[in-house]
Amino acid sequence: MAETAAPFLPRALRGSPWVFHVGTSGCNNCDIEIADCLTPRFDVERFGVRLVGSPRHADVLLVSGPVSLACRRPLQETWLDMPSPRAALLVGACACSMGGYRDAYGVAGPADRVLREVEPGARIAYVPGCPPKPETIIAGLVRLLEAP
Amino acid sequence: MDGFGEWIWFLLVFPGAAFAAGLGLVLSWADRKVSAMVQWRRGPPPSQPFLDVAKLLGKEVVVPATSWPAGFLAFPFAAFAAASLAAALSWHAALGLPGRAPGDLVVVLYLLAVPPLAAILGGAASGNPLGAVGASRHMVLVLGYELPLAAALLVGAFQVRTVGGGEAAAGTLSLEGIARFQALAGDAVGRPSGILALLVALLCCQAKLGLVPFDQAEADTEIAEGAFIEYSGPPLAIFRLTQAVLLAAMPALLVAVLWNGSAGTPGGRAALAGKVLLVVVLLVLVKNTNPRVRIDQALRFFWGPVTAAAALALLLARMGW
Repeated sequence: MAETAAPFLPRALRGSPWVFHVGTSGCNNCDIEIADCLTPRFDVERFGVRLVGSPRHADVLLVSGPVSLACRRPLQETWLDMPSPRAALLVGACACSMGGYRDAYGVAGPADRVLREVEPGARIAYVPGCPPKPETIIAGLVRLLEAP
Repeated sequence: MDGFGEWIWFLLVFPGAAFAAGLGLVLSWADRKVSAMVQWRRGPPPSQPFLDVAKLLGKEVVVPATSWPAGFLAFPFAAFAAASLAAALSWHAALGLPGRAPGDLVVVLYLLAVPPLAAILGGAASGNPLGAVGASRHMVLVLGYELPLAAALLVGAFQVRTVGGGEAAAGTLSLEGIARFQALAGDAVGRPSGILALLVALLCCQAKLGLVPFDQAEADTEIAEGAFIEYSGPPLAIFRLTQAVLLAAMPALLVAVLWNGSAGTPGGRAALAGKVLLVVVLLVLVKNTNPRVRIDQALRFFWGPVTAAAALALLLARMGW
């Protein structure tokens, strides 16, 4: 399994984070709020954010939903498909801590645990909320990119 | 151009790779800004395309296990080299620079066919099924738009005009020759055949640049950028730069062939900037006000009405209209 030690993000990447969105069995509410970020009201393209269609082009992985057993492997594959340096933004209570699905029979664990199975030093930020507001998602992305 | 140094300067700096890439990135910012304004957004800052490329250059290169690595990594550079040479020839003629650049309209059209070809081969070399779908759609699009594009640009060479009491046509395929003829006889777009040719060429330009409604080959919501799906890091940056260079080259070529009677004069150069910007804004507005059509609809559109219009433009041009 690939392991990148340095979670440092170059300056150019902070100005141009391309995001790839993975829904891991969520209820679709966080996905709608992520789509809201791209609307004229919030317009994350101001910060260079682009939603891309292929993980190969992505710098930041947006994860929403508790990671179900069926989604565990695809999520890890998607993460390993992304070229480094890379980072993950967990959107919503389910992705951060499994929310209401805690101790449910069909979940593989919160997304950070699933991602750290393949890359222990992964750079991960958390955006709690059910669902988080677009402002919160943008704030989380800024924290993810700007933190040392 | 005689000296080796002059050649290097022409190919790599001005009006070749560096100039075309820089201008193309600025124009691609204009594309994104105008798109944002159409959607009532603020849009990215002017430095955005440069930051995107700088970031991609610093990223890891992932070569898929299923790919043919040598081809996969080489094709982006072939695309960039051909596009920047085409841009150099187009801008040389559009600006009316001194010195004779070799290569005429046919050479430029050939060079402009290389970037889609490189995308086709790169997509096929990636070994990804969606890459193959993107490659096949690129092929269909190229088949569709190359003929009407060539026919529309030939109007600039074959249009019969009244010059000094007699009838004459440029009768040359050299970009500078066409510009010199138009300096005597007036812009090709001053006649109905020229207007028709410019419209046809604009539609073909839309497909060549992969802009909606002819972005089936890249379609990131449908086949995840098609041929480019497996590219990451520097090779992807080179493909992005190639697209930027094409965005700088295509408008300059259309203007140089059909709408550039005043090439070489200071006023003509100022007007050239306005014309190129106008063409780019037109392309962006068409992109933002149209849905993506299906690939078979695109082919039928180019082989039907667009080719008919291009043939009509050539006919009108020979009849002196």
